[in-house]
Amino acid sequence: MSQAEITMGGHSGLTAGPAFSVPAKKMAMWLFIIADTATFAGCMVAYGFLRNATPNWPRPFHSVTTVAIMTFILVTSSLTMLLGIDAARMGDKAKALRWTLITAAAGALFALLHVREWLALIDEGMRLFKNPWGTGLFGASFFSITGLHLLHVTGGVIALVAVGLRYQRGRYSADDLEITGLYWHFVDLVWMFVVPLVYLLNLGH
Amino acid sequence: MTLAEGHRSSAGKYVAIYLVILVIAALQFVIAYSNISASQMFTRMLLLAIVEAGLALLFFMHLTDNHGLLWFVVIFTVFVLLAMQYGWTDSFRLSDGVQWAT
Repeated sequence: MSQAEITMGGHSGLTAGPAFSVPAKKMAMWLFIIADTATFAGCMVAYGFLRNATPNWPRPFHSVTTVAIMTFILVTSSLTMLLGIDAARMGDKAKALRWTLITAAAGALFALLHVREWLALIDEGMRLFKNPWGTGLFGASFFSITGLHLLHVTGGVIALVAVGLRYQRGRYSADDLEITGLYWHFVDLVWMFVVPLVYLLNLGH
Repeated sequence: MTLAEGHRSSAGKYVAIYLVILVIAALQFVIAYSNISASQMFTRMLLLAIVEAGLALLFFMHLTDNHGLLWFVVIFTVFVLLAMQYGWTDSFRLSDGVQWAT
């Protein structure tokens, strides 16, 4: 049997079907999510190590109202994403696009609130390697973790708009929208760990 | 059969899971203001975050629909996460004021 025949599906052992019956694009997104989980976990473990080993770790947050609003927005955006995918599965393109754009708008609002919060901390004297409250490592870990997450949110907003518009024009399918949704849920999932470990545990009493 | 005919809306289920996740997130904020030790706070918040993430993985990311993929993701991810935990003893050594090993 030639290589070409094997490639074309002549060898049932090699071309038995996609892994876990998941389409290749979706599988690629899952592999990216697993890899990205390792990236964020590495950052969080490094942060935990530093926080545990540093006696004068700052606890600069006096109010978590903004973080609570940001959490509400991001979790809600996961729901709107699901409603968009649901509409796409039902064949309602207009509704799917509307929910997808609402999700993107929620992501953009989250990013704006995040930047506003960063600016407030910078205004109080917090920098990457120094701050008025304690060890300078706090700024390094805080800006690294939240900055990496913010980068993911920004990328997600761009992806949602791009995929949503292409879906409406017929270039992408409901499956593509669902794959983008997987990424968006992952961004939400990471935030579920960032909030308690980076914000709430550093709440000054 | 078209896609629309073969698909039933899951909006109700999604809203229910969304509300549960919101309640769990709110609980974390309540714990943050409670008068308990930092280690207790950390344990409770982390457990709640794991439950939140589990719900999102199972229902929002549809891992309940594909058990093979679910086990692949869980086993692979948990292995990587566990492998990262080797440094904690050194962290506690530093927090106890012991100098770097020479």
